[in-house]
Amino acid sequence: MTKATPGRDEMQMIAAILAGDTHLFHDLIRPYEHSVYMMTLSCLKNEADAEDAAQEAFLKAFRHLASFRGEAKFGTWLVSIALNEARTRLRREGTVRMESIDQTPEESGRVSPAILRDWREIPSEALERQEIRHLLQQAIESLPDLYREVFLLRDVKELSIAETAEALTISIATVKVRLHRARVMLQKRLAPQLEHHNPKKRWFQWS
Amino acid sequence: MVLECKHVWDYISGYLDDTLPQETKELVQRHLDHCEICSAIFDSTRNIIVLMADDRVFELPVGFSERLHARLEREINPGASSTRKP
Repeated sequence: MTKATPGRDEMQMIAAILAGDTHLFHDLIRPYEHSVYMMTLSCLKNEADAEDAAQEAFLKAFRHLASFRGEAKFGTWLVSIALNEARTRLRREGTVRMESIDQTPEESGRVSPAILRDWREIPSEALERQEIRHLLQQAIESLPDLYREVFLLRDVKELSIAETAEALTISIATVKVRLHRARVMLQKRLAPQLEHHNPKKRWFQWS
Repeated sequence: MVLECKHVWDYISGYLDDTLPQETKELVQRHLDHCEICSAIFDSTRNIIVLMADDRVFELPVGFSERLHARLEREINPGASSTRKP
């Protein structure tokens, strides 16, 4: 996944928007639509609410654009706004599980992977199959919120560890711990399921 | 020093990100060279991460962008698209 024109170009666009070229805002945010939506969906777990929160987050970003100083990357700033928006909505609706924000489940024991004798690579082409995509989506949904946020930013959106920490306003060490646990939890759940769906493996068993 | 399997598992993530200290990395590498089970665990984890990063897994809802930009246009430039003054 390539991230479009980060850094200097974005700062120039932002300056132009603030000077009145507001239509440039559309182009400025286009590369981040997916990240912002994924984070609001991760939090709200409902497509319609997530879409509305994402729209609201982009509007807030526009209204507060002057306060963006470029210390963070624009994309991580947007993700922080999106998460704030989604969490505010949860709190407003009284549905927030406060422990999911305050709790530090990383201190509670070790996660173990699924034990395998061997692994046959699942090629990307397998994602053409709806059932495989569905398995991956369900596995992500099954993660605790804190782990899912980190995993989505780092491994799905491919932010660096430092950028992930910045977007979530947590430390780099915390990102590493949560990322490790998320990855192992996903391996534990998915490896046996995917192995079962691997066409090569199935053919092998039939023969 | 020889690492046991369950200790090696603590380093899966760090190993895949290549953030381990050199010495630890070498210990893990040496373990993986002879342990088929841990190799399969590491390979499957790496494989799952690669699959998850594929754009096909998490798609935006149909029409998301259109609705977003239409709303931005309405709120950023109220009146610009509907009533145009001479």
